[in-house]
Amino acid sequence: MRKTCIDMVHALAKRDERVVFIGSDLSPGLLAEMKQEFPDRHYMEGVAEANFVGMAAGMAMDGLIPYINTIATFLTRRCYEQVAVDLCLHNLPVRLIANGGGLVYAPLGPTHVAIEDLAIMRALPNMTVVAPADAEEMRRFMEISLDWPGPIYIRLGKGGDPIVTREADGFEIGKAYHLREANGGRFGPVLIVSTGVMTGRALSAAEELAGDGIACDVLHLPTIKPLDGSALQRLAAKARLLVTVEEGTVVGGLGSAVVELLAERLEGGLPPVRRLGVPDVFLHDYGDQDWLMERCGLQPHQIAKTIADAVNVLAAA
Amino acid sequence: MVADPIALARSPASPPLDQRSLTLRGMVVDALEGGERGHIGSAMSLIEIMRVLYDDVLDVRPEDPGWSGRDRCILSKGHGCLALYVLLADKGFFPVDELATFCRRGSILGGHPEAELVPGVEASTGALGHGLSIGVGMALAARMQGRQGRVFVVMGDGEINEGSVWEAAMCAAKHRLSNLIAVIDYNKIQSAGSTAEILELEPLADKWRAFGFAETECDGHDVTALRAAFEGVPLAADGPSVVICHTVKGKGIGFAEHDPAWHHRSRIDADLIADMHAALEQG
Repeated sequence: MRKTCIDMVHALAKRDERVVFIGSDLSPGLLAEMKQEFPDRHYMEGVAEANFVGMAAGMAMDGLIPYINTIATFLTRRCYEQVAVDLCLHNLPVRLIANGGGLVYAPLGPTHVAIEDLAIMRALPNMTVVAPADAEEMRRFMEISLDWPGPIYIRLGKGGDPIVTREADGFEIGKAYHLREANGGRFGPVLIVSTGVMTGRALSAAEELAGDGIACDVLHLPTIKPLDGSALQRLAAKARLLVTVEEGTVVGGLGSAVVELLAERLEGGLPPVRRLGVPDVFLHDYGDQDWLMERCGLQPHQIAKTIADAVNVLAAA
Repeated sequence: MVADPIALARSPASPPLDQRSLTLRGMVVDALEGGERGHIGSAMSLIEIMRVLYDDVLDVRPEDPGWSGRDRCILSKGHGCLALYVLLADKGFFPVDELATFCRRGSILGGHPEAELVPGVEASTGALGHGLSIGVGMALAARMQGRQGRVFVVMGDGEINEGSVWEAAMCAAKHRLSNLIAVIDYNKIQSAGSTAEILELEPLADKWRAFGFAETECDGHDVTALRAAFEGVPLAADGPSVVICHTVKGKGIGFAEHDPAWHHRSRIDADLIADMHAALEQG
């Protein structure tokens, strides 16, 4: 997914002379071919996130479309004021490509593990937040990213994630994709809402639950903001249980966004809820992404068990 | 409270303010009737810098503020916006009558300038330490797009406490941005006290030189000296410039000069406004 995204910046630069790449002290040779082809539109800047966000803002004010890239925690925590004021207040078309969204940088510890990036980016007016599920969806998103009028936060997965999205769906910012339909089952439909690479795990969990007679809809939200309210409301209206799954803190992220939207409906429509994600703690552990997911209960068998337990409680009520 | 003797010793012995400088200051004082508050000391130290930029230096078109060939001028110390507002109004970017709405409900003129609302404001500022990075981006954009326009970024001395300013300075030097000119309103007083006391900046010129800027200094209230300084930019053919302007916080209003208490004042009533006008007349 990461390689696809970065390579797409070069592809977009070939198509449109407004496209600029700015990295912050990333891997040597990153986008070397773009640098060779467009040396005046490839910038590798220092470890100075506040500056490179402001610099991108200045370029965008004069008509350019900068794609800027660094590690997710540094792109969000370090320069939050520049993102808020320089990019969002001015509503500028800058694309923030965030390496290692979620738990990808598990072995590097809590300074590098991005647990609240979705939450704090979502809180900013004018910001659009996307987290594709796989490399193919990332490519489809990048194809249409050029002319979106405001800033976009783009969360990258680790790479090598299984392809779970469908080419035929295309990509539309702000649209949810109904990747699995609930069918039959011993309990009314469970609606699983997920984003990013968690959608693959949510689909696996749904498959496991089908064997247990629990039918799940899986709604994939590659855009966390703006939220596809109509798709959510349509599926939530018939759901007996709503489960949100995200690779990040449960405070303010996807689960919060979904529940806030549904809870505001005067006609009702918010079923019982389980929000799955990182609990409100820093994760003082290492290993790898899969291990931290396991610790947070985010692997498919754990998601399935949480849902089955909730279903059993609801069925007995 | 009066600033420490060291700060006073650094203050310029400027020529008397001429009628235009007094008129612009009078417009600032009048605008205070609207919001009954404002960063008065911070605006007064800026008047001659902004006046010379808009009168003599910047190539801008008030009737077409977005003209792509213009020089960009970012007031990075956004709290000094009253000085910018009076110049923009004076030049015709918006009607002078708007000044009376300063900080009022529904006004376009807030306590910090917003690009979305105010014609001629290049960037919304107020959070300090943002302008130079934006200016770096604009200067690079001009280079990429083959435009001749220059980018001026006006910063306060307290503002350059921010680390982001020095990130931007290194970046500007790396890219040899001769079309980028930093301007420092060096009035030696920040919100809490003198810069010498709160966070010493000296040797300031050496710092900028060490960061790759060609540097000049001038009396920031002497319009002749300011014109000469700006006529000399870029100071280097292959790198950014900085013009350090030695100024007086609250300049022109005797009882406010050098006094951090006048960095920002609220609850400004008609009597105080009259006192400020009287002080301006006394020179």
